[in-house]
Amino acid sequence: MIKIENLKKSFGKLEVLKDINAEVERQEVVCVIGPSGSGKSTFLRCINRLEDPTGGSIYIEETDITDPKNNINKMRQKLGMVFQQFNLFPHMTVLENITAAPKRLKKKSQEEAEEIGMQLLKKVGLAEKAKVYPDNLSGGQKQRAAIARALAMEPSIMLFDEPTSALDPEMVGGVLEVMKDLAKEGMTMVIVTHEMGFAREVADRVIFMDGGYIVEEGKPEEIFDNPQHERTQAFLSQVL
Amino acid sequence: MLDAMPVLLKGLQMTVLITIISLAIALVIGLVFGLFSISKNKLLRGISTVYVNIIRGTPILVQILYIYIGIPAVTDIRFSAFTAGIIVISINAGAYLVEIFRAGINSIDKGQMEAGRTLGFSYGETMRIIILPQAVKRMLPAFVNQFIVSIKDTSLLSVIGIAELTMSGQSIYSANFRAFEILTVVGILYFIIIYALTLVSRWLERRMDVS
Repeated sequence: MIKIENLKKSFGKLEVLKDINAEVERQEVVCVIGPSGSGKSTFLRCINRLEDPTGGSIYIEETDITDPKNNINKMRQKLGMVFQQFNLFPHMTVLENITAAPKRLKKKSQEEAEEIGMQLLKKVGLAEKAKVYPDNLSGGQKQRAAIARALAMEPSIMLFDEPTSALDPEMVGGVLEVMKDLAKEGMTMVIVTHEMGFAREVADRVIFMDGGYIVEEGKPEEIFDNPQHERTQAFLSQVL
Repeated sequence: MLDAMPVLLKGLQMTVLITIISLAIALVIGLVFGLFSISKNKLLRGISTVYVNIIRGTPILVQILYIYIGIPAVTDIRFSAFTAGIIVISINAGAYLVEIFRAGINSIDKGQMEAGRTLGFSYGETMRIIILPQAVKRMLPAFVNQFIVSIKDTSLLSVIGIAELTMSGQSIYSANFRAFEILTVVGILYFIIIYALTLVSRWLERRMDVS
């Protein structure tokens, strides 16, 4: 589904991703963990080219998205993204946030888009907030609305960039619940997270990154209970 | 005194007409060059910077004379006073609006652009649907400020013989020698349209706050 080969990314002289090779299967849930500054967010942002890779290739369903000949706007419709800071559009209601893209990019009628929007809002438990502006939502509600917005484009892959890191602790659970439901439905997901409990429970595979490399990857129980690499051991002993 | 009113109102009409046409053009110039100034393309950024610096760095009176007298002196290009007036007010206000657009767009969190782009919107669509509606709301007070400056700048067009409000006043008091009374009325007329604009902008700001 996603195939990443020799991915490199530098900001000026700073080399953030040194040589990343990874694959994500259809319906697989992959959690990316690692210390801050390890390049995990940059790695995720390269997958939909929010960051332009300095080198290497990224294939989404066999299409190389780093090739400038491919229409990146079309490609991104397959890749839903959820941000740490939600990034809802403050000048639109929650429902308008969700319907904006399907209406304009998938040429859905107003009614059709709103119907899908309401279904998604029910799914994330925010149906009664449809007509509200994002400023009036709590952090957890904002993030659930942002997930609904991404799902409205019917992506085949969802990318999550530390979706719960900006939330108050009591808000984290609701967002993780929504993500678990998505995983159960068979959504392909790549999740950069600090929620080790969630990663252990939901991930099919965990990738540990440090210093711009993938240091170790494997099933959650392998990584969490029996890490092979000393950097993985050091990191986990700090966070668990 | 009353005999003077029709002429002054005619002048006021000219002032308003030139202002409205020029500001409409200036908004387009401001938006286009504002987008240039935040583009990744060095050439576009350069063009925008040079334009803004030249216009901001020279007096508007010189710009008026340059377009109306300077250019025709060395080329075959001739403008009517009216056209020259609109050109100068447009490019002058446009340069200041470039800075307003640039600052307004830059004030929007970059996560908004990223969110729009990840949904599949192009850069232009994201600008139009997501960034500009938020930015314009913040720019409104600065817009109005520039509009007021431009209305007042039109009085300088009297030097090239456009019968706008100030020129109309001058032509009246040079005939009847009632400079004090006429200039008072001229001042009041400027004040009224500028104050009306201020009220409209406050109303607009309130209305936008609701949504």
